[in-house]
Amino acid sequence: MTALESDRIPRTVRVDGDWPGARLEEIWGTAPTLKGWLSCVDHKEIGKHYILTAFAFLILGGLEALAMRLQLAGPERRLLSPEAYNQLFTMHGLSMIFLYAGPVLTGFSNYLWPLLLGSRDMAFPRLNAFSYWVYLAAGLFIYAGFVAGHGPDDGWFNYVPYASRAYDAGINIDIYALGLILLGISTTVGAANFVVTFLQTRAPGMAISRVPILTWGTLTASVANLLAVPSVSLAFFLLWMDRQFGTRFFATAGGQPLLWQHLFWMFGHPWVYVVVLPAMGMVSDALPTFCRRPLVGYTAVALSTVATMALGFGVWVHHMFATGMPSLALSFFSGASLIITLPSAVAVFAWIATIWTGRPVITTAFLFFASMIVLFVIGGVSGFMTAAVPVDWQLTDTYFVVAHIHYVLIGINVFPVVGAIYYWFPKMTGRLLDERLGLWNFWTMFVGFNVGFLPMHLLGLLGMPRRVYTYGHGLGWSGLNLLVTAGSFLFAAGVLLLLVNVVLSLRRGKAAGRDPWGAPTLEWAVPSPPPSYNFAVIPIIASRHPLWEERLGLGGARSKLDEGYLLDRGRETLGTTALDARPNLILEMPEDSLAPLLLALGLVGVFVGALAHAWWVTAVGGVIGLIALIDWLWPRYIHADLEKVGG
Amino acid sequence: MAGPADISAGRAWPMNYLWTHGPRADPATALTWAMIVLSTAVVVIVTLLVVAGVAVRGNRRLTVAEAPVKDEGDGLAWISIGLVLTVIALAGTLVWTLEALAAIDSPARPPALTLEIIGHEWWWEVRYLGAGPGQSFSTANEIHIPVGVPVRVWLKGADVIHSFWIPALTGKTETIPGRTNLTWLQADRPGVYRGQCTEYCGAQHAHMAAFVIAEPAAAFAAWLRSQEATPAVDPEFAAGQAVFQASCAKCHAVRGTSAHGDKGPDLTHLMSRRTLAAGVVPNDVDGLSGWIANPQALKPGALMPATYLSGPQLARLRAYLESLK
Amino acid sequence: MVDQALQDGARPMDALPGDSLPVGGFGRNHVAWWGVLCLIATEASLFAYLLFSYYYIGLQYGPAWLPARHPSLMLSAPDTVVLLLSSVAVWWGEKGVIQGRRRQQLAGLAIAILLGAIFIAVQLVEWSQKRFGIASSSYGSLYYTITGFHMAHVVVGLIVLATLLGWSVAGFFGQRRHTPILIGSAYWHFVDVVWLFVFSTFYLTPYLF
Repeated sequence: MTALESDRIPRTVRVDGDWPGARLEEIWGTAPTLKGWLSCVDHKEIGKHYILTAFAFLILGGLEALAMRLQLAGPERRLLSPEAYNQLFTMHGLSMIFLYAGPVLTGFSNYLWPLLLGSRDMAFPRLNAFSYWVYLAAGLFIYAGFVAGHGPDDGWFNYVPYASRAYDAGINIDIYALGLILLGISTTVGAANFVVTFLQTRAPGMAISRVPILTWGTLTASVANLLAVPSVSLAFFLLWMDRQFGTRFFATAGGQPLLWQHLFWMFGHPWVYVVVLPAMGMVSDALPTFCRRPLVGYTAVALSTVATMALGFGVWVHHMFATGMPSLALSFFSGASLIITLPSAVAVFAWIATIWTGRPVITTAFLFFASMIVLFVIGGVSGFMTAAVPVDWQLTDTYFVVAHIHYVLIGINVFPVVGAIYYWFPKMTGRLLDERLGLWNFWTMFVGFNVGFLPMHLLGLLGMPRRVYTYGHGLGWSGLNLLVTAGSFLFAAGVLLLLVNVVLSLRRGKAAGRDPWGAPTLEWAVPSPPPSYNFAVIPIIASRHPLWEERLGLGGARSKLDEGYLLDRGRETLGTTALDARPNLILEMPEDSLAPLLLALGLVGVFVGALAHAWWVTAVGGVIGLIALIDWLWPRYIHADLEKVGG
Repeated sequence: MAGPADISAGRAWPMNYLWTHGPRADPATALTWAMIVLSTAVVVIVTLLVVAGVAVRGNRRLTVAEAPVKDEGDGLAWISIGLVLTVIALAGTLVWTLEALAAIDSPARPPALTLEIIGHEWWWEVRYLGAGPGQSFSTANEIHIPVGVPVRVWLKGADVIHSFWIPALTGKTETIPGRTNLTWLQADRPGVYRGQCTEYCGAQHAHMAAFVIAEPAAAFAAWLRSQEATPAVDPEFAAGQAVFQASCAKCHAVRGTSAHGDKGPDLTHLMSRRTLAAGVVPNDVDGLSGWIANPQALKPGALMPATYLSGPQLARLRAYLESLK
Repeated sequence: MVDQALQDGARPMDALPGDSLPVGGFGRNHVAWWGVLCLIATEASLFAYLLFSYYYIGLQYGPAWLPARHPSLMLSAPDTVVLLLSSVAVWWGEKGVIQGRRRQQLAGLAIAILLGAIFIAVQLVEWSQKRFGIASSSYGSLYYTITGFHMAHVVVGLIVLATLLGWSVAGFFGQRRHTPILIGSAYWHFVDVVWLFVFSTFYLTPYLF
């Protein structure tokens, strides 16, 4: 072992033109070949893949929604058969919730975290690649069933006994069950990666009081994922066992159908926060850039993020108020569901205060973020209404809840995400999106969304149940439904404008430079797009706004962005302590590798074999996965060896 | 059939719950209105704050990168005041919620009638549990109750989970196979109240309506007596009955005959019902013929198969069914 | 403390450029150590949800739901001791690598693998003696699924320990570079602790009724 290097004093240097960038590019660059692409572990590439894939699922889910809206445009229409409609609403729900809303935020966080935190990559770059491949595989797995005519048709929350074999005998529910377990693996390893990245790879000096709120959001969501995802994976596994091997977990006689609802919502409610907290974090970070002042109440907002999630684990029963529970339990969960409003209120008032105490400059990104505040409040108050049990007994399972979930998911996820595209597209591509088209994009989406979804509240109050493929004449719902359909097409046109803007600006957009917004955080200190190694030197951080210290005239020490840790003996970045971010470690980062893809393929083999009861496929997949895993974990001490070779 | 007027007549929105008609629903309705008003006010105030903030404080002269950065005023008062107001609103709501919950938890008087309602794919079985053996009977989708008195309802699930809901009278309670849930309702005015299944339950979840028909005590008592009675078979319809026995009796029952099927609705007093197939078609000549001839055309996926009867067979069957008054 | 840490302010860096830092990480100062803690957190949640399912269904039906005869402790109690001893063995082997005693390192891992294998063998005998199957009742489904999940974790743990033993024989670990052993050992202890919960649930709580 003596040949191995064990300790080193890392050199600190000042960046000098091309140096040390060129040398780092040699170390960190990925070969522009197919193999290079398949084995790439660069968080920025993986992040972009996540975002693009999530948008592909968003578009599929959107088309499914448009088909449903045509069917519901008038009473007793026969455009879609009930079976087709039921598959469509199920695919729409699971696409948007599982394949778009979570992964798109994972994508942004993946792309942004190391840039925000002053690191060269995530803590586990290969795990990151693995997480993406498994996500892609899970999405394709579920969609393959749908394309082949075996789409799941029991809604995204898939209640038993309808999802049991006696009532839904096809392979469709099995595909959904196994696909979601596969997706759970991706989510879990991704979550672990974010947690460890947060704890270990922040630039020196970036104490937890100085991290951007987005990282608080994603960290909180990731911890929640670690604790909550096993619940839904288990639920789907037990369901699959019930369906395939006759176990009796959810059986009507001797088992318990309600167990499904508990396991599903113990996951499902935290998941709601998983798909909004990082997006709220993006607003908390980007809105201040346009308001030209730091976020009001950083500490309050950071703590409210964590508090939301902590409370979020105690309110799952409010999805089950109508299952016939004792009044005492109802009262408790009703109270908890009301109280969870408080941390959200903190964020809303912090944003409003940031606008009022700043001097906002109106851009497309700003409009998306500022309008999100209003949409968030609409989604919030409708959630507040469903927290009151007697009211919920009327509201639940009507279009009121459909309106609520869309104000939450579109208002608090899609609007911030589109804002984030306008904000960070220049960083990712080096080009700005067109602002004129951007304004059209914003107003079309904003008007379309509200015309499409605001009337749904009223439809719900007028008694229209959710998940009906049609409705009768004489119920008073026809006019509003036509309006909703019109609004949804307008909204879709808005999304189309976004795509048009992206395609046009990729080629003709204005050059962005490093920092087109005069923004405060670290990602704007590196070129656009950032080089493979992110930072030529690991910066040393002295405040929450390293790029605004001059402008704000902060006293005390200044952050050093051009002078810092070199770390150029192979892929390396700096490890720091969890709270104060003091340097305590030189992290050896892995080379590009095919092992993540191979492990993902092995895993797909395991699941395809299980679906088809072709156990030999499962066994082969398992063996491939095991080999890939052992190769992956083989102790190499890579850089120490490089030391020996390089002298 | 005497009784209240047609199902949707007189109400523009027969399924709304902004105006309700019984003590099980009314306290929740008052709270609903209050929350709608409060929520709307919050949305309007926040929207005005955001719009006014942008209008008043907006910087239209400089680009983002040029605009100066300042850290003026900590703005924390916004959060404190906002939180205090939110806490007050939440505390008030919580107290009202618990009060409303207690008010509708159980009826003030002992229930005058107890029913058992069983959710099926895709219809409601309604059982009247009489005192004696001859007084229990079963009907479908139409729930007759006396007006002005509380009615206790046991809810059961036959297959998958459904949810029982009559918006004007009571909020939702799921019917869960393997469990028995309890709810109650009371109609303060005579009338027909429409409801519908609200837990997704498969292909025809959309066509699973239920109707509560609230009648004055005397009318209800008359209805009850007529339902309890076992009608005699008129030999005139023997041919139709034979068709029924061959094609329908596996799933449907008619008391007093050898048809004992229990998969579909009990048809003993079929003609006393207003609609067929849980509200899909009116129970008239066209509706009945169309439904028997091809249920799949009207309610695709329904568990009742097409019967493939010849024209004359169909006519005889219909004549028999029309005799089940 | 968190609140204090969240108060932003200029703070001198404790470690400054010029301090010597370990390369790649040693012992528990290593990203992979945090990684395994995350894995343990999520796996612990999984078992918590499994046991929740057991207690939830059990409470619906009451004591009558349990098998007529209480589960025998004849095999399961000694088997529990075997598993706990394997944890001690791993701990002893881990001490070996930290203190540079190679023979102790190898012996500790080998003994743990042996004890783990005995545990599985006894569990399989225990399974074969049960009079119910996985599909015969929800109790049977829960019994085999939960003990099966646990057994799968023991199998994974054994693969991990065997790999570590192989790498130890190959001389991959030393007094400073031994994070994989700490990780494998933490995982093994976790699997053993989970068994205590599974064992108490299935074998001890029925005696309360």
